[in-house]
Amino acid sequence: MNRAELAELAEVVATRRQERRLRLLVCCGSPCMAAGAEAVVAVLQDKLGAVGNPAELELAKTGCQGPCSRGPLLTVQRSGKPDRIYQKTTPALALAILEAELQQTLLPDEDCLPVDYPFFARQTRLVLANSGRIDPESIEQYIGYGGYDALAQVLHDMSPDEACDSVVTSGLRGRGGGGYPTGLKWQLVRKGSGDKKYLVANGDEGDPGAYMDRSLMESDPHRILEGMAIAGYAIGAEQGYIYVRGEYPIAAQRLQKAIRDAERTGVLGSRVLDSNFSFRIDIRIGAGAFVCGEETALLASIMGRRGQPRPRPPYPAQAGLWGCPTLINNVETFANIPAIFSIGPPAFSAIGNGKSRGTKVFALCGEVVNNGLIEVPMGMTLREIVFEIGGGLANGAAFKAAQTGGPSGGCIPAEKLDTPVDYENLQALGSIMGSGGLIVMGEQSCMVDVARFFMEFCLDESCGKCVPCRTGTVEIFRLLSRICNGSAVPRDLDNLERLCRMVKDTSLCGLGAAAPNPVLSTLRWFRHEYEAHILERRCPADVCSMNVLPLHLLADRLLHRITAGRQDGEGF
Amino acid sequence: MLEKSAEQQAFADDPRLKLVERAMKRLQYQPDALIEVLHTAQEAYGYLSRELLAHVAARLRLPESQVFGVATFYHFFTLRPKGEHSCIVCTGTACYVKGAGEIVRQLEQTCGIHAGQTTPDGKLSLGTARCLGNCSLAPMMTLDNTVHGPETPGGALEKLQRLLEVSDEQS
Repeated sequence: MNRAELAELAEVVATRRQERRLRLLVCCGSPCMAAGAEAVVAVLQDKLGAVGNPAELELAKTGCQGPCSRGPLLTVQRSGKPDRIYQKTTPALALAILEAELQQTLLPDEDCLPVDYPFFARQTRLVLANSGRIDPESIEQYIGYGGYDALAQVLHDMSPDEACDSVVTSGLRGRGGGGYPTGLKWQLVRKGSGDKKYLVANGDEGDPGAYMDRSLMESDPHRILEGMAIAGYAIGAEQGYIYVRGEYPIAAQRLQKAIRDAERTGVLGSRVLDSNFSFRIDIRIGAGAFVCGEETALLASIMGRRGQPRPRPPYPAQAGLWGCPTLINNVETFANIPAIFSIGPPAFSAIGNGKSRGTKVFALCGEVVNNGLIEVPMGMTLREIVFEIGGGLANGAAFKAAQTGGPSGGCIPAEKLDTPVDYENLQALGSIMGSGGLIVMGEQSCMVDVARFFMEFCLDESCGKCVPCRTGTVEIFRLLSRICNGSAVPRDLDNLERLCRMVKDTSLCGLGAAAPNPVLSTLRWFRHEYEAHILERRCPADVCSMNVLPLHLLADRLLHRITAGRQDGEGF
Repeated sequence: MLEKSAEQQAFADDPRLKLVERAMKRLQYQPDALIEVLHTAQEAYGYLSRELLAHVAARLRLPESQVFGVATFYHFFTLRPKGEHSCIVCTGTACYVKGAGEIVRQLEQTCGIHAGQTTPDGKLSLGTARCLGNCSLAPMMTLDNTVHGPETPGGALEKLQRLLEVSDEQS
């Protein structure tokens, strides 16, 4: 396939789509499937079969549509009319919608989300543009929305250096958490010595409470492949790997199918789109190790070894896979690439705040009304995200904290709700952007307990290579456990802080260096909760049991019992 | 050449070993493909026995220690057979905040095993996961790979018991 044929196919698919009278898009992301999307699909299929599968009606199984807690979601597209999105769709409701359309009567209004619903209206969807609109298993539908056009444009109109420069101009930064400028990284790898170079897409989304990457890989796999192919051309690599987390079998299957389809269509493989550029992508399945999110550990894992990090330099851009220069970016970073070239770097760079350009996908979860996947421009305030898009806390509960960045991030208190969410501002608050998990907590969450939860995670996931991380996380966890069970003494708080600083400063890789962040940030914003636990032996949120006595109180109580016994005339 | 013992013969004749052999052949016996091979092996056998690990090590020309090291490093690989059914409670942040701990405690108490263990009759493996990426269903769990959520301790227990009863009736 060449560029002209690609454009022709895109046009054919788009016209066919626009000519349909009715398109029923059922969300088949895993939350919607768990809520019963399969039954909805089945009943619609039966009905369409019964009326002879007319060509002007289409039923499609899409990826994630967004507000996951309202599933199963059904989007109804009719030519010339605005889309309607139904929530908590039952098979009966789906059938009623289809019948109403067939008989040209009004569609039912129950369970239909309003057109200007802030959850949708406040989002800017670049990366998620196709999520929930296309069948992720169909390359045609992706092409029909302009897919692989950016790749064609880069291959035919740009030199690799120009492609790198465009990414620099766009201001895109790594979406995996670090926030390193993507364009600079590309240029580094491009300049790396040796003729063989590799490219790795990091889809090992280990943060608990984050599922952006899973959703992206499951809902729009071709977008990631296209971004990788553009990167391959720009840095001069012919082989790429996608490292998919082992817990995500559906993502791996869809990517596998996407790669096969793309090779068959000629947008991947040898001589991509009739150019001189060849690019192959292989999938590597992770085996469950959080530390593999660290780039050197990830490389070790791809090469079949224990996923243990090594000191840098040399950085992977100089010596990565099998000693060759290797580019590692998060899958969300790659998913941004086609958008940069289709809207143009200046337009991309116009979105955002300060040094953070573009949009960010968040998994909004926890005690918030609208749980789900959202994409917002960088710099939107936390208040807008939680209270407008998220719809506030469930049951009108009071907001206590938002946790970002998973076990490497921190908790942001209510008084900082007006902070714009971008790399720099989150860091200033002692948290990080991270991969995009955003967990909202209400008054019933104990911050010490949350810090302890993350520390348990880190001690379990520490690879054991360096001492500060291996033993430091265990000691911090012990101290936190003592605070939670009521046996801590005031000195423990100082020890905790000192130990956190030490682990942060001396660990080998990002896992250890960031492990104390949840503790340090809760100490900074919720110190009174720590003090209530230690000084008053009271858990303000009533989560911790506080059923163990600290040693000095134990001694006091024992003495008291002894003296009481003596007064009774007892011996001991 | 020494005669093979009956056990060795049974191991060599196992049809599941053929799947593993085929995977290794496809990957051209490259030592770098160890993790892929172990994935295939675990899928075929359900777990990785010491004997199997030794066999893979010999085939890929790797030290047995390295193969054992990789197999024990990653959470995904298990060196013990799993139960007939699996129940995995997600303990990711969103699930934790919404009370997954109570569900785990309740299930542990009723089943008489700790998370990560298998019942003595081999019927059920109870486990926890760091995050299954279904945070909007928090607290959630999977029963034999089917996602359920949001759950309550009582509801989770009921679903698990129903699963076990159905399998009892079938057997």
